Amino acid sequence: MTDKELKVQDKKEVEAKGELTKAGAAFTPNVDIFENEDALILVADMPGVSKDGVELNLEENHLSIRGQVASHTPATPIFTEYPTGDFVRTFSLSNIIDQSKIEASVKNGVLRVVLPKSDVSKPRKIAVKAA
Amino acid sequence: MIMRRLFDTPAWRPNLLEELEQMRQRISRFYEEPGKTTRRAGVFPLINVTENKESYFIRAELPGMKADEIDISATADSLALSGERKIPDEDKNVNYHRRERESGKFSRMFSLPSPIDASKAEAKMTDGILTVILPKAESAKPRQIAIR
Repeated sequence: MTDKELKVQDKKEVEAKGELTKAGAAFTPNVDIFENEDALILVADMPGVSKDGVELNLEENHLSIRGQVASHTPATPIFTEYPTGDFVRTFSLSNIIDQSKIEASVKNGVLRVVLPKSDVSKPRKIAVKAA
Repeated sequence: MIMRRLFDTPAWRPNLLEELEQMRQRISRFYEEPGKTTRRAGVFPLINVTENKESYFIRAELPGMKADEIDISATADSLALSGERKIPDEDKNVNYHRRERESGKFSRMFSLPSPIDASKAEAKMTDGILTVILPKAESAKPRQIAIR
């Protein structure tokens, strides 16, 4: 893994179902999603998004994340290799998530959302009694 | 588009082969000239360069990286960026559902349109975006010329 060279990943523009309320392009952040015994964890790359720029919305079983990118001080562009814009992505959650305990943090442009599993869905060891 | 063309084609058509050949050429032209659609080197990280009268500003998206993980070196007319993006390992007993974020090394060098004052270069990392500020050399700054 360590010797791997990083390749350019093109930013994927969001194809919104409805029209976005905010003008300008929006992109799909790259995410890692994994689960351990207690929680489902979502990590999203959102460069340029500060703590105040993140908006998490939970509507029924849909978790939508939105990262607002702060605009830069104006200067004349000489060349532009990557487009800039907000990050938007929506996930459907299963009902095994305890929706009241979701936590999120942002550090260095990476969003981390911890979605704890509800007690019902945690694996339980069942002791087998001798007959 | 292809679908429509095929359906619009009458069953009998003497120049059908010719048309197919034209289509083939058009498709291969599309693949041969990627430079037409995007103007870039395709080397990580992608950069955006802006300028004002005083300096050049170079930005790159490096989410999750800290300032001390990136090596930046500037000469009078070039800038080199290198480093390694690491994604910290999670516990061993996790199951991945999606893995889209990538880790790895990178190094990139590019030349600047005009000389800079490398000794006054500054760099900062905010929210995963690297910004390098390179003040233009005195000789390269635009000068207002008074008319007497």
